[in-house]
Amino acid sequence: MTDTTRNVFYFGCIAALLIGTGIMTSWNLAITILNFGLISAIMALGVNLQWGFAGLFNVGIMGFVALGGLATVLVAMPPVGEAWAAGGLRVITALVLGAATIVGAILAYNALPKGRMRTLGLLAILIVGFFIYRAVFDSGVQAVEAINPATAGYLGGLGLPVLLAWPVGGLLAAGAAWIIGKTALGLRSDYLAIATLGIAEIIIAILKNEDWLARGVKNVVGLPRPAPYEIDLQNSDTFVERATSLGIDPVTASTLWVKAIYAGLFTVVLLILFMLAQRALHSPWGRMMRAIRDNEVAAEAMGKDVTARHLQIFVLGSAICGIAGAMMTTLDGQLTPGTYQPLRFTFLVWVMVIVGGSGNNLGAVLGGFLIWWLWVMVEPIGLWLMQVVTSGMADGFWLREHLLDSAAHMRLLTMGVVLLLVLRFSPRGLIPEK
Amino acid sequence: MDFLNAFITLSNFVLIPAIAYGSQLALGALGVTLIYGILRFSNFAHGDTMAFGTMATILITWAFQGLGISAAPLPTALLALPFGIGVCALLVLATDRGVYRFYRGQKAKPIIFVMVSLGVMFIMNGLVRFIIGPDDQRFSDGERFIISVRQFKALTGLDEGLAIKTTQGITVITAIIVVVLLFYFLNRTRTGKSMRAYSDNEDLALLSGINPERVVMVTWLIVAALATVAGVLYGLDKSFKPFVYFQLLLPIFASAIVGGLGNPLGAIAGGFTIAFSEVMITYAWKKVAGYALPDSLAPDGLAQLLSTDYKFAVSFVILLIVLLFKPTGLFSGKAV
Repeated sequence: MTDTTRNVFYFGCIAALLIGTGIMTSWNLAITILNFGLISAIMALGVNLQWGFAGLFNVGIMGFVALGGLATVLVAMPPVGEAWAAGGLRVITALVLGAATIVGAILAYNALPKGRMRTLGLLAILIVGFFIYRAVFDSGVQAVEAINPATAGYLGGLGLPVLLAWPVGGLLAAGAAWIIGKTALGLRSDYLAIATLGIAEIIIAILKNEDWLARGVKNVVGLPRPAPYEIDLQNSDTFVERATSLGIDPVTASTLWVKAIYAGLFTVVLLILFMLAQRALHSPWGRMMRAIRDNEVAAEAMGKDVTARHLQIFVLGSAICGIAGAMMTTLDGQLTPGTYQPLRFTFLVWVMVIVGGSGNNLGAVLGGFLIWWLWVMVEPIGLWLMQVVTSGMADGFWLREHLLDSAAHMRLLTMGVVLLLVLRFSPRGLIPEK
Repeated sequence: MDFLNAFITLSNFVLIPAIAYGSQLALGALGVTLIYGILRFSNFAHGDTMAFGTMATILITWAFQGLGISAAPLPTALLALPFGIGVCALLVLATDRGVYRFYRGQKAKPIIFVMVSLGVMFIMNGLVRFIIGPDDQRFSDGERFIISVRQFKALTGLDEGLAIKTTQGITVITAIIVVVLLFYFLNRTRTGKSMRAYSDNEDLALLSGINPERVVMVTWLIVAALATVAGVLYGLDKSFKPFVYFQLLLPIFASAIVGGLGNPLGAIAGGFTIAFSEVMITYAWKKVAGYALPDSLAPDGLAQLLSTDYKFAVSFVILLIVLLFKPTGLFSGKAV
C-alpha cells in the first residue's frame, strides 16, 4: 500500500465516522463534531510545529488557546462607553506604567555595573513602580467594574469584525510565548514544560479574576458572529422556500446552514495553515529545524543558533494555537473562562499529535479529527459499557450507582491509556514522518 | 505601636500557616527531586501520585472509623498512613514495571520520559476520580486545635489570639521525622549511598557493581512514601480535592527548581521559600501594620500585594527569576 492510498484510506475512515454519526444520531451532531475537529486539527498543527519539527514540549496549550478566546472579546465586542469614561484611561495608564516599570528595570539592569548598586537600584525601581501601578490601577478597576455590573462591568472591545480577532488571537498568544520562550529555552528541555504549565494556569487565573478585562467568571456572552442568526434565516422567505423544496424542516435547515458556514470558514483557515506548514517543513528552514531536533550539538557546530530558532518556532506554534482558540470562542459565541481545563485543551491536543504522527502535518490533522471524534464518543460509549457491566446488579446497588456516576471520568483514563499505548507501540503515529 | 500584638497576628496568619505549607511543599519537592536525581526526568505525575496515596489513606481511614479504631486525640488518618503508603507504593512500582522500565531499557531522551509521565498523570488522575470522585473530602478527626484563639487570649491576656491547629503541629513534626529518616538513609546506609553514587555517575556506579533496578525500585518506594505523607498532611490541613493536587504540581516544581533539581537539601529550602513568598505576598497586611506602625502611618486599604487568586503566579514568577538568573537553583543542583 503506497503512502497516498493509505492516507486516502485514513481520511476516508474519518469521513465514514462522521457520516455514520450523521446517520445513526443526527446530522447536527456530525457537523458539530466536524467543526470542532477542524479547530482541533489547527491546534494539532501548531503543536506539531513545536514538537514534530523542533522537539519542544509545550504543556501550556490551554493558556494560548484561552488568549485567543480573549482576543475575540477584545476585538469584536462593542466598547462600553461609560466604563471607558469612568476609568478606562486610568486602567490603560496603569498597564503602561506597569510595563514601563519592567522595561525600566531591565534597562537599569543592563546599564548599571554588577554589584550591590545594581541590586538596590533594581529593587527600588520595581517596588516604587509596583506601588504607583497599584494606586492608579485599583481605582480605575473599581470605577470600571462599578458600571452596570450585571450586564457590563468591563471595558468591552473595539467593536471590529469578529474575523479580525483570529489573527489578533495569534498575536496575543505569540507575545505570551515569546516571554516564556525567552526565559525557559536554552535551558534543560523539561524547564520549558514546567514554565508553560505555569503560564497556562496563570492566564486562566487572570481571565477568571480580572473582571474589567473580560468579565471574569461572569462570562461574556453574545459575541458577534460571522454567520447569520438562525432565527433570521427562519424568518426569511427565500430560505424557508429553498429548505422546503429540499424537503428539510426550516428549523433544522437553518442550524445546519449556519454550522456549514462555520465549517467553510474553518476549512479555509486550516487549508491556509496546512499549506504554510507544508511549505515550512520542506523548506531549508524546516530541514534545519529537524536537524536541530535530531542533534542539537551537531547543528550548533554547523553554526545554527539553536536557542533563537527554538524561540522562533515556539512563538509560531503558539500563535497557531491562539488562532484556533479565537476560532473556537467565535464558534461558541461566548467566552467562559471556567471551562478551560488542561485535560481538554492541552492534553487532548497532545494525544492528537502523537496518535496522528508527530513531525507529519497530515498526521496531525488526521489525529485532530480522529481523537476529537473519540473524545465526543467516549462518554456515551463509557456509559453504555457501564450499563452493560452493571446490568446484572440490582437497581440502587451502591457499586452500580458508583460505576454509572463515574462513567464521566472515563475520558481521563481512556486518553491516558491511548497516549501510553501509542507512545509504546507506535511512537511514530498513524502517518509517520518521512 | 504594639509590637507584641503585631508579632502574634503575624504568627497566626503568616508564620504558622507558611511553616506548615512549606513542610508539605518540601516533602513534595523532595519526591520530585529524588526522581530527577535517580531517574533523570521531571515527574509530572507527582501531584497525582500524592492524590492517589491520599485517596488510599482516606479510604482506609474511613474503614478504621467504621470499625471504631481511632488514635484520639490525633487524627485516625495517621494510623491509616502506613497502609496508604503501601497501596501507593504498589501502584508506583506497577507503573514503573509497566511503563517506565521499557523506556529506561531504550535509553530514551528525558523529554520522552516527561511525556510518558504526563500520560501516567492522567491515568492516575482518572483512577482517583473514578474511585473517590472529583469532590472535596474532609477526613480530619480528633482534636482540632493544640491551642485555640480563646485559650491563648485567656492564657496571655493579649488582644490578639494565636491558634495552632493539630494538623499544623502534626505536619511540622512528621515532616521533621521524615526528613531526618531520609537524610540518615541517604548518607549512612549502604543502599542510600549506592543511590547517591548512581545519581552522581551512572556508569561508574554500574561498574562498581550497583544493581540499577534495585536503586530504581528503592527510589520509587521512597517517592511513594514521601508523596503519600505530603498528600495526607496537605489533605488534613486543608481538604482533599483531586484537582487541587494536580495544581500543587506548579509550586512543587518551583520549590524543587529554586532549590536546585536533584539536591534534597535544596528541595527543603525551596519549599519554604515558595511557601513563605506565597503566603506573605497574598496576605492582607492591614492588621499587622496597624499594630506595628504609628497610627499616622497605618494603611487605609488592605495592604495586600496580590489577591489570593494569584498565589500560583507567585511560585511562577519566582521560578522565572531563578531560571533567568541562576538556572541551577540556589543550592546548585545538576540541571543546566
